[in-house]
Parts: sequence; C-alpha cells; structure tokens
Amino acid sequence: MDFMTVLQILDSALRLATPLLFACLAGLFSERAGIFDIGLEGKILVSAFMAASVSALMMAYVDAPMPLCVPFTGACVEIAGGVPIAPIVFGVLAGMGASMVLALLHGVASITFRGNQLISGVAINFLASGITVIIGENWFSLGGRTPQLEGSARFQEITLPFAERVGNVPLFGPIYHELLSGHTLLVYIGLLAVFLTWWVLFRTRFGLRLRAVGENPESVDTAGVSVIRLRYTAVLICGLLCGLSGTYLATGLAAGFVKEMSAGRGFIALAALIFAKWRPGYALMACLLFGLLEAIGNRFQNIEIFGIQIPVQFMQALPYILTVVILAGFVGKAIPPRAGGEPYVKER
Amino acid sequence: MDRMPKWVDVALIPLINLFLALVVSGLVVLYIGEDPIRSMWIMVKGAVGSTYGWGYTIYYATNFIFTGLAVAVAFQAKLFNIGGEGQAAIGGLGVALVCLAIPWPHWALALPFAILGGAAFGAAWAAIPAFLQATRGSHIVITTIMFNFIASALMVYLLVNVLKPPGSMAPETARFPEGAFLPNAHDALGVIGLGFSRSTPANITFAVALICCLLVYVILWHTRLGYQIRAFGHSEPAAVYAGIPPVRITMITMLISGGLAGLMGINAVMGEAERLVTDPVQGAGFVGIAVALMGRSHPLGVLLAGLLFGMLYQGGGELEFEIPAISREMILVIQALVILFTGALDNMIRLPLQQLFLRLGKRAT
Repeated sequence: MDFMTVLQILDSALRLATPLLFACLAGLFSERAGIFDIGLEGKILVSAFMAASVSALMMAYVDAPMPLCVPFTGACVEIAGGVPIAPIVFGVLAGMGASMVLALLHGVASITFRGNQLISGVAINFLASGITVIIGENWFSLGGRTPQLEGSARFQEITLPFAERVGNVPLFGPIYHELLSGHTLLVYIGLLAVFLTWWVLFRTRFGLRLRAVGENPESVDTAGVSVIRLRYTAVLICGLLCGLSGTYLATGLAAGFVKEMSAGRGFIALAALIFAKWRPGYALMACLLFGLLEAIGNRFQNIEIFGIQIPVQFMQALPYILTVVILAGFVGKAIPPRAGGEPYVKER
Repeated sequence: MDRMPKWVDVALIPLINLFLALVVSGLVVLYIGEDPIRSMWIMVKGAVGSTYGWGYTIYYATNFIFTGLAVAVAFQAKLFNIGGEGQAAIGGLGVALVCLAIPWPHWALALPFAILGGAAFGAAWAAIPAFLQATRGSHIVITTIMFNFIASALMVYLLVNVLKPPGSMAPETARFPEGAFLPNAHDALGVIGLGFSRSTPANITFAVALICCLLVYVILWHTRLGYQIRAFGHSEPAAVYAGIPPVRITMITMLISGGLAGLMGINAVMGEAERLVTDPVQGAGFVGIAVALMGRSHPLGVLLAGLLFGMLYQGGGELEFEIPAISREMILVIQALVILFTGALDNMIRLPLQQLFLRLGKRAT
C-alpha cells in the first residue's frame, strides 16, 4: 500500500467522520445536561431529508421568478429574476429547523412531561423513518428519494489556499493537497465545532451550569438557575448540531436524500460519545477512528492481517464491539453524567 | 396521591393515547391529500375483513406477542431491553440450525427442539448485556442497541460465508426438510372443520405464543421468582434489603426476555420462510416496545396490543395496495406516535386525569 492510497483512505475517513462528529457533539450537549438522546438517528434522517428537499425545491427558482404569497389572503409578490441566494442556504436552514423541531418534541416529552427519555428517543427514530418516506413520496413521487442536487444546491468542495502550488513539496505537500484541502465547508465547520464545544462547555459560565445540571440538578436549582431552561437550551443545541450532520450527509457527502440514508450513523455517533467518555477532544478521535473503519471497509472487501482473513462484516461491527468493551469497563471505565435519564422534579 | 380507579389506568389511558396517535396520523393522511376515515376503514377491512386478512394479522401478531412479552418481562424488573431485534434474529438462527440438523420425520417432534434452540440462542444473545449490566453497571439500553448491530453483521457473515448452500447465490440457508414444516392455520383449523384461507403464513406458533402469555403471567404473579422480579423493578434498594440478589434477578429476567424474543424465530423462520434469511425479524423487535408499552407490561395487555399491531401491519399493507399515495411507512408513523403518546408523553394525559379523579374522590367523601 503506497503513500497515496493511505492519504486517500484518510481523506475518505475525514469525510465519513464528519456526520458522526456533528451528531456526537450534539449528543454531548444533550447528555452532559442530563438528557439521554437515542433519537440522534431520527434527527439526522429528517434533517437530511429536509435539507435535500428544500435545496431541490429552491433549485427551480435560481433563474426563474419566484412567487411569494401571504397565506389565506391571496396577496402575492414576485421575486423577478430569481432568488439571489444559493438554494443550499435554504437547505441548511430547513435541515437544522427540522431537526430542532424533533429535538423540541424530545424536550417536551422528557423535560416538561418527565417522560422516559429512552422511549421518546425510540419514538423519534420511528417517526423520522416513516415521515421522510411519506412526505418525500408526496412531494417528489420518486419512491422516497429527492431529485439529484446539482451546482449551488449542494456544498461545493473548497480548495484551500496554495493547495495546488505546494502539492509538489515532499510529504507535507500531498498531505495538505490530498487530505486537508478539497473538502466541503461543513467538514471544516465540524472540526471547528469540536473546539467551540470544548470552549463553551469548559470555559464559559453557561457550560459550567450545563455540566452541573447533568450531574446534580438540585444544586443548580438551589443556585437560582432554571434547570428547565438549561435543559431545553441543551436539547435545542443538540437539534441544531444533528441538523448539520444530516445536512452534510444529504448535500455534502451525497447529492440528495435516499430512504434510510442515515444507516445507523446516529447510533455509531452514540457509540463514539461513550467511547469518548463525553469529552469533545476524544469525541473527535473516536469519530475519526470510526470514520477510518468505515473508509477501510468501503475500500477493501477483504483484509488480511497476519494471514487471517478479516471479513468486512467484522469491520462494520467493530465500532459497536469496541463500545461494548469500553462500557464493560475493561479498558478504562466510561461513566455517564450522573443525573442522565432522570427527569428533574422541583422540590416544594 | 394516585387514587384512580383501575380501569382508568389499564384501559382508559391507553385508549386515549391510541386515539391521539390515530388522530395525528389522520392529520398526516389529510396533509398528503387522502381521506383519513376511508383509509382507516380500508385498514380495518384489510386486517379483519376476510380469513386471508386474519391469517396475516395473526401471523404478525404472533411475532409481536413474542417480542412484546420480551420487552414486558424486562420492564417488570425496570430493565429496558431494546435488543429484541437482535435476540429474535439470533433466535431465528438457533431455530434454523435445529431444523437443518437432521431430516425431521414430523413437525411435532421438531417443534419442541426448535423452541429450545430459539429460546437458548435468544437468551444467550441477551446474556452478555445482562451480565455487563448486573456486574459492571454498563447501561443495558446502550449495550443491547450495540448487540442489535453486532447481530445483524453476524447474520450476514454467517449466511454469506458459512450457511449458504454451495452453488447458491442468495444469502440464505437451504430450505428446511419437509418434516420441519409447521401446519398453517388452514391445516390446523381444517382438522376441526373450519374453512380458512390457504395462502396465509399464520401457523400453529400462535398457540405457542398464547401459552407463553399464560406462562409469563403465572411466573410473574404466582411464583416466588416473579415476586422477586417485580419487587426488584419497584425498588432495587428495598429488594436488596429484603435479600433478593440483584445480579441473579437481572440475569434471570434478561434470559427470560431474550428467550421470548428468540422464540419469534419459530414463527418467522420455521413457520413462514422455512429457511433462514439475513433479516428474519423485519423490525418486529422494535414493535415489541410499542406493544409492551401499550399493553402496560401485562401478558393480557401484550396479547391485545400484539393483535392490534398485527391488524395495523396487515391493514397498512392493504392500505398501500388500495391507496398507493399512502406508502407502507405510514405504519411506522402510527407506531412511533403510539410509542410517543403511551410511553414518553404518558403524563400529558395521566396527570390531568389524576387531578380529575382526585377532585371527584374528594367530592364523594
């Protein structure tokens, strides 16, 4: 295996790690605030669907005039000469919005009505896999897919400055040109989000309170800070980040929505979160590792290590097996936030 | 505090929740421009309007009763077994291995061994998460989710590389020997002179499911073990104080739960497909969660909710056939809403009703 192949696999690992990373950070915010979220998968799916759908619908108005009507009044204005904003912008907003609606539902169920957070998450996953197909079929009649996205309806690859010029420099050149450059904007935002998450959680007052509410909500309440409001904020941030995960999946990694396209990524992200022991820096490592496993599995159907054939199914199952091993506490124990999963009842 | 009459808890609240779920689903149907009342009628007629419909309804219901009982038993010990999907798949593997082991002379001989095989494999798949929960405190929800994915990878690997007969392309086992075919509803009811559609997958496993409901009821409410399981579920510290060993109860509960999920293989693998395919469960493991919630974790409730979901699945299939604009995924939406309203948003209905009955109770005294 030469250097270029390694770089290509790493490049693909970075791409595949990005949706996991967003979802993992999303789960980090929610679970650090004491709200378990096994509905990451469903939120990724709806945001992928809405991002692709709205992008596809707006694609028609890039050059053609778009009528804007006020509901129930019949009053219309027309944007002559087409909408001057790229369709993908609307796609991103729709993706984040859809995911936040489901996050809010999770919040209402688990914070306001003190329901079981795990059951709520299961319901959200089913809701997402059903509703995306039904609405998708109703809007596009393409058997649950959206139309193919082109041009400004999806994220374009960005070439970092001087990438072409330094390409010939030994070692560093190819790494910069092949691995770091040439990704879509969301990949870089994802890497930035890791740092931002760390900074918010560990260097701001809000972050301290958010972590406290996941460990000991009574103390936060005693200090006069609203537990309800903090938890809702955390759940909404979780929705926003999941929205970016799904948006990247449908408009960055792929060019449109396909039925069940999240394909268990929400659960791999959950696994990565446990693997990272609820810490942002480790979350990046875990997501890159799981992205790498997927990239290797995609590239090689069979892998031989020391003369033993490793089946591709084993590679697919490896993130889950590793998570169970970590959970079992044989290799460093993963201890979740203490108040996780418990609805908070204010004392009277 | 909660002085509600029993019928409110076991019947009224689930029915209100079901009604809410159907209303919201109706709104979705309305949004895509179809008539919800007509859709509902087509579903009911498709599910119970003919012996053909009943045959499929019973077949689906049998699957859901097994997985529903699995979730319900675990719920009684306050364990959330979300791994019914994987346990049922591995249980199906156990059933298939038994069926393929020898050329069975008669189904009546094969069935008990297949039951043992399915239950043992399903229980074994639940054993590792149970052990980790009991001894290392690993959250059982997460480990059972992970085990679902590991099970599905394992099934694909085994079928592609090990169990596939030589020369065959499809990732499935050879067809079972004829002696392992279970009599279907047509044959079984024909013995007592009842006519039934010939072409449905409903089979004698439904009787096994009914027996399991009864057994679970007896174990939970009429044995020492059942008392221990329920006590453990109500309050772990109190149970431990009373001398109930937590590790043992967790293990036994999860083994029963996994075994019940594994029995689903009898219906889906031995009764219907008569060979093992890569995904014999088809989401029934997750439907079990909805069934257990709806049935209030009681075997009788699980039986009724299982039948209801059987009707939903069969009726949903007919609905797609009659109104192509409503795809089969509508079932998933209804299922999600039932789980949401009965499970997560339960307090939305329960608390106001509690207030109401508290006030009524005060007025009466």
